[in-house]
Amino acid sequence: MTIWINVTSILVDDQKKAFDFYTNVLGFEKKTEIPLGEASWLTVVSPKHLDGVELLLEPDSHPAAKTFKAALVEDDIPFTSLAVDDLDAEHARLTEAGVRFTQAPTELPGVKIAVFDDTCGNLIQIAEATA
Amino acid sequence: MADIYHALSAEARRLILDELLERNGQSLYEICNRLIMKHGMDLSRQAISQHLEVLEEAGLISTERDGRYKFHYINTAPLQEIAERWPLKGQGDPHDDLD
Repeated sequence: MTIWINVTSILVDDQKKAFDFYTNVLGFEKKTEIPLGEASWLTVVSPKHLDGVELLLEPDSHPAAKTFKAALVEDDIPFTSLAVDDLDAEHARLTEAGVRFTQAPTELPGVKIAVFDDTCGNLIQIAEATA
Repeated sequence: MADIYHALSAEARRLILDELLERNGQSLYEICNRLIMKHGMDLSRQAISQHLEVLEEAGLISTERDGRYKFHYINTAPLQEIAERWPLKGQGDPHDDLD
């Protein structure tokens, strides 16, 4: 098979705000920025994997996207899950930076998780494999 | 109106109270994580939500909104009724007090 995953997207309410949060607060780095009319093809990558999967900060301009996101947040379901090496350290670092967590670090079988608000209309889970 | 005896009659609802005692103020997502992953409960999100409603009707949990988010808190006050109805007797062999 020669199909692979090079990018995954997250629906954000404002690309500039999202870029600021995902780089300056979370610590991702810009990978690609291609202006496309009102928006851009704007992706970030982890400094740990500069050639790894890119996260596309995709505008949620379609009305259904906003409805979908609001419904997830209403039921506090994370949009996606990101990996960390040390969950407690990341939780402390992000809390210090003013990030709002809806779930503090929680030990579950094989994984430790926490959930935060990305300020762009999503809840994001971070997970540390502990198995 | 659910009474506390009915509310405590289901394993899932007792586990929810155990988990809230461990950390008070959990989102539905966290409660689902704990019941399904930690306790291996084979329950849907909707089923867990219904268990929470029963506990809330019995006054054993309360919910608080914080902005867009809702958190669940344990309230053991209604359990006082059990202690008053069947007070603990003695410290030794329980049979001593049952005659």
